[in-house]
Amino acid sequence: MDPQSAAAFVTADPHFAGLPLLAWIPLLPLLGAFINLVFGRWLSRGTVQAIAIAAVAAACGLVVYLVFFPLYDAFRNGQGGVGIEQQVYTWIEVGSFKAQLAFRLDTLSSVMVLIITFVGTWIHIYSTGYMSHEPRYAAYFGYLNLFMGAMLILVLGSSLPVMFIGWEGVGLCSFLLIGFWYENDAYATAGRKAFVVNRIGDFCFLLGMFLLFWATKDIASSDASGVVRGSLDFATLKLPQAGAAFVQPFWGGERLAAAAGILLFIGASGKSAQIPLYVWLPDAMAGPTPVSALIHAATMVTAGVYMICRMSFLFSASTTALIVVSTIGLLTALAAAFMAFAQTDLKKVLAYSTVSQLGFMFVAAGTGNWTAAIFHLMTHAFFKACLFLGAGSVMHGMEHGGSHTPGDITTMGGLKKHMPITRITFLISCLAIAGIFPFSGFFSKDDILGGAFHAHPPGWPDLYGKFLWVGLSVAALGTAVYMWRLYFLVFESKERTKEAEGAHESPASMTSALVVLATFATVIGLIGAPALRSIKLPGFTHSLAAWLAPSVTHQWHEGTPIEGEAPSAKDVAACANVEEEQGACTMDSGAAGVCMGEEHHLACEPASDLGTAGLLGGALGIGLLGIFIAWRLYRNGPSPTVAKLTAEHGPLHGAYEASKHKLWVDEFYDLSIVRGFKALARGLFEIVDRFIIDTVAVNGAAFVVGIFARISRWFQNGSVQRYLAGLIVGAAAVFFITDCHHKATFDYEFLTGGQLHLRAEPGAGIVGSQAVLSWDLDGDGVADRDPKNPNKPLSGMDLTVPAGDVGAKVTLWIEDPIARETTRVTRTIEMPEPTVGSAAPRPPSPTPAPSPPPAAPATGFSRGGN
Amino acid sequence: MPGAFLLPLLIGIPLLGAILVMCTPKAEYTLHRGIGLAVTTVTFLVSLAILKFFDSKGDGYQLVFDAEWIPGLGAHFKTGVDGISVFLVLLTTFLMPLTLLGTGKGIEKHVREFIAAMLVLEAGMIGAFVSLDVFLFYVFWEVMLIPMYLLIGIWGGQRRLYASIKFVIYTMAGSLCMLVAIFYVYVQHAHVTGVYTTDLQELLQVSLPYHAQVWCFAAFALAFAIKVPLFPLHTWLPDAHVEAPTAGSVILAGVMLKFGIYGFLRYAMPLFPHGAAVWAPAIAILAVIGIIYGALVAFAQDDVKKLVAYSSVSHLGFCALGIFTLTTYGISGSIYAMLSHGLTTGGLFLGIGYLYERRHTRRMAEYGGIWKQMPVFAGLYLVIVMGSAGLPALSGFVGEFMTLLGTFNARDTFPIGHADFLPYPRLLAALATTGVIFGAIYLLWMFHKVFFGKLDKAKNGKLPDLSTRELAVFIPLVVGIFLMGMFPRPMLTTMEPAVKKFVSDFDRRLTDLGRESDPEGLPRLYGTTGPVVPPPASPPIPVVPVMGDTP
Repeated sequence: MDPQSAAAFVTADPHFAGLPLLAWIPLLPLLGAFINLVFGRWLSRGTVQAIAIAAVAAACGLVVYLVFFPLYDAFRNGQGGVGIEQQVYTWIEVGSFKAQLAFRLDTLSSVMVLIITFVGTWIHIYSTGYMSHEPRYAAYFGYLNLFMGAMLILVLGSSLPVMFIGWEGVGLCSFLLIGFWYENDAYATAGRKAFVVNRIGDFCFLLGMFLLFWATKDIASSDASGVVRGSLDFATLKLPQAGAAFVQPFWGGERLAAAAGILLFIGASGKSAQIPLYVWLPDAMAGPTPVSALIHAATMVTAGVYMICRMSFLFSASTTALIVVSTIGLLTALAAAFMAFAQTDLKKVLAYSTVSQLGFMFVAAGTGNWTAAIFHLMTHAFFKACLFLGAGSVMHGMEHGGSHTPGDITTMGGLKKHMPITRITFLISCLAIAGIFPFSGFFSKDDILGGAFHAHPPGWPDLYGKFLWVGLSVAALGTAVYMWRLYFLVFESKERTKEAEGAHESPASMTSALVVLATFATVIGLIGAPALRSIKLPGFTHSLAAWLAPSVTHQWHEGTPIEGEAPSAKDVAACANVEEEQGACTMDSGAAGVCMGEEHHLACEPASDLGTAGLLGGALGIGLLGIFIAWRLYRNGPSPTVAKLTAEHGPLHGAYEASKHKLWVDEFYDLSIVRGFKALARGLFEIVDRFIIDTVAVNGAAFVVGIFARISRWFQNGSVQRYLAGLIVGAAAVFFITDCHHKATFDYEFLTGGQLHLRAEPGAGIVGSQAVLSWDLDGDGVADRDPKNPNKPLSGMDLTVPAGDVGAKVTLWIEDPIARETTRVTRTIEMPEPTVGSAAPRPPSPTPAPSPPPAAPATGFSRGGN
Repeated sequence: MPGAFLLPLLIGIPLLGAILVMCTPKAEYTLHRGIGLAVTTVTFLVSLAILKFFDSKGDGYQLVFDAEWIPGLGAHFKTGVDGISVFLVLLTTFLMPLTLLGTGKGIEKHVREFIAAMLVLEAGMIGAFVSLDVFLFYVFWEVMLIPMYLLIGIWGGQRRLYASIKFVIYTMAGSLCMLVAIFYVYVQHAHVTGVYTTDLQELLQVSLPYHAQVWCFAAFALAFAIKVPLFPLHTWLPDAHVEAPTAGSVILAGVMLKFGIYGFLRYAMPLFPHGAAVWAPAIAILAVIGIIYGALVAFAQDDVKKLVAYSSVSHLGFCALGIFTLTTYGISGSIYAMLSHGLTTGGLFLGIGYLYERRHTRRMAEYGGIWKQMPVFAGLYLVIVMGSAGLPALSGFVGEFMTLLGTFNARDTFPIGHADFLPYPRLLAALATTGVIFGAIYLLWMFHKVFFGKLDKAKNGKLPDLSTRELAVFIPLVVGIFLMGMFPRPMLTTMEPAVKKFVSDFDRRLTDLGRESDPEGLPRLYGTTGPVVPPPASPPIPVVPVMGDTP
């Protein structure tokens, strides 16, 4: 399936007002955001909310049309993997790098956009009630619309850079909405924390992109242009040629896909709040509750899961990356579930629950069970959005009752009387998240657990899948306990405070959203029912797996180029038929795996009905057990048993404190990273910048120059006496220094070939041309005669003589004819190698230097010549 | 050449405007401001005409104007633009009227001289961007120094004298080294060809010996590295920014810093490719240090202006890193990052100027909760901050992304033995990418301290939101930031031919010296593992005989 046939497929190519229809999906909310943010101050509340809701609802309608008509047609033609791809314009183009602003609606992204626009619309409606007293109404809806636009770009983007636009865009909106009540410094800090922690993930996302671009620089393409010089389009990255690049060895014996996958996963763990980057999400509850429902439960935080499923072709090429994903997911699921136990803030419990459920999704993705990941993402979007909105409704009611800490669950209790609709929908969602049949969470959680149970990717330790299954089961048990603790404490038994007694049900704009979401949380699980051999279920109960099959990869990449990124949808359709007729496939295996009979399919192990039923029953039992425990402990409000166990010296005191303080992770980060960073910044500024560079180097250089300037200024002050004194002192100094350094002497040096070079230095005060020099070379204490002119003494400034002729001591007489003084200099000649002198024959007379003229005319004066 | 008159005209209009404004009476401040605004606006409109004549597919110099200037020296008044410089010229002319419009109460004395200095500064900057003659470039390079010195020294803050002198001495120290190297090149060129000229294209016809290239590049690089500024030569920048008036800061950060990068691209690297190859690892490492260090130190500031000044060190590090990747992505990204930095940092400084005019302090601790009082300002400022932090779909992202992509993909191998042009390109890219995190940290911290939190300082309770004049400055900037982020392709494709030519010329000149020289005489610092490069089709470049530096 190359891009050419992909482009050829889009026959419908629907446009509206000159822009592709797909572009309108994010554009509508963005337009709404633009109007509300720029002109909002002049618009009435009614106009603001009408624009905001209309923009999102229109996008939702458009999505419904596109998914159920053109895309469904394509799916039936076997083109669901390609779907509809439309280009708006070329965004960046430099050299061979080309990023098209293009959108891609295939079966995978369609699920996401349906969830986002549908849940988003209802949360917008809910917000009109919840935020009705907010003075910055237009800004709120503007941000919310902006978020929708960014999220839709993220999901629909057909390449990593376009996805990254949305990826950072939702981060910005998250920052703005968490810190929406910016006057509270803690809220603003929470928003900033979210953005910065996300940026740490984005840093790795960027590196992953660079790495993929680098890896695909030289792959051959099947299209007309021949070679792709690097690309980040999903369509190109899916090509078998790119697959070959992913499996090349890269670092530490691992495939390139391992490095790229882990980098992208770190990016995902920032956005989706996984260890170690989850810390921003609990703080993010500072934002308005509808925001928590939309961004921090249903949509944005699941972007990481979506991205990993989107890149399934990459992750299936490295089981190392997958084991990282699933392990981190499991750890997060367990840790977050643990931390949720001791929280007393309604929204904090839900936040940790979200982190934990996201961990479940990552385990699903990490076991190659993409369908289950998306399935759980979907059911979670409904029941968790419903829970958050229910929490918002409760807090709204408590506020009306007069509470100043509306989220504190210890002050609640007995709200079922006052808020019946909220209570029912909350109950349904709690049943769903605990995994009770037939609510949606039961199916999706079981899908994940079953997939983990059967997972055995190549290269994983034996039984690692079983280990994941055990871990997840524990986390699921925890989920049921803390969620039902929450339910009992909020709604059951008696009111514990006056405020709780005064609470009342929220307006219809809020409860309507609760009802709709709860309905979906109840029934949506049926599209992913487990397949049993002996019981024939209707076709729609497996529709999600069949629908997603063309968009995700079903085979482990073994290193040889694979034929296509996915089985064609015809195969899948055939498979689904087979499945329906024979019930031969377990759901958690993914429809394609078994039916294609491939050896290296993902997460698939044909299971007997008994095994499947056993897993189902086990999951259900865990959920029921959890509810039972919560019922035993909390049915009458805060549990005295728990209080006793967790008291100062109780057996569970330590565990309780750890849970309450969230394992001290925030404190640890603050001490190690935040403070370290601040200290480093401050230290670099004070020490390196201010002291070393500026004070020592820059101003130091200036200071040295300044000192010289000062000194010379002292001399040049215009006073003649000082100049004169300076002159005298200077002249004296000149004489003194020259005298010191120029005592009469001579130098010698041994030349090659056994020659000795002597050079007289007459010294200070003696004009060289007038000095009379005479040498004694043989050491007899008498001046030698010049061998060429025996009447004259051996003279000259420079002499070169055979070294062997020279004795141990050489004497030089310098006679100054002006001063009538004679200076005598005697030096001992030290031979460099003592053997040279003894071995060399000693000619009778020295040879004068050939080149220099006699330094002084011979005057006939002889001192020692007698 | 059609439109050749445009570039001298662009230099001339502000100069004439400066003369005009000096001829007006001293006390007519409104008139001075009006003239300044009118002249810079006209300059901007005229500069738009460049785009009409500019062939976006051409890779050479266009709109070339050539007149003899100093015959004895062989210096020409030669101007022209190519894809690398054309948008930098437009950036200059675009920022100038906005800066003057944005300078309100900040300048209260000597307005006439202030306007004149700004206009001379504009002429100098345009001249330096369009010169195609090294001597002319040097003259403009120094010309723009003087008005900036006056801007800081006369209209600056408390420590303005220290800052202005530091600025001038720092810059002069570098540029004098450059002057010496210019003379060397000039004389060497005359030795080989017998023609005395300072025309850049003529000088490029001669390739200097290896060691001469290493030293001359170092001399040029010192001048440019100070201007960029590269770590550790950056300490003049925060002082200059803090003391300079808003207009000075905007122009200094928005345009003048770009001359460092531009100088590398236009002069240092083409003239001395081997020098560039030798020094590239050092400069790239300093650039990466600058990215991280600038961001960290920015975080330690309490003064908003100082924070933004250090953020420039960090951002310009990306630009410096980009050009030494020797890839189309890296260099285009670097130029784009410069343009974006001009808008975002200009906007950041203007915004600080607005706050300063209202509150007369730049300490972040004095602010807090300003969003409530100035929501329009806060919203627009957030866009600028995010543009600076590199949020996709705003201008900062494109340049940063391309630069880092270029670094990640920097070529490992080079002709004639420069095996590692950039050592460990992927490690460098990874380190540089951390700037993305740090950028978010210090910028959001600043935004938080100023705009978020309680409005608890009494003096902040009465701050008026942006006036129409201030909005008229901010809106073009914000629109520009959006447009540059969402539609970067027209600019990128316009600069691409010139960038590609730059890269191929660089390669060719590296190869030519290798072929012409005695294989044993040429020092090979990097071993000889480079790929065998086929001889280029173009005629070989004459090589200056190696004088005294062969072993």
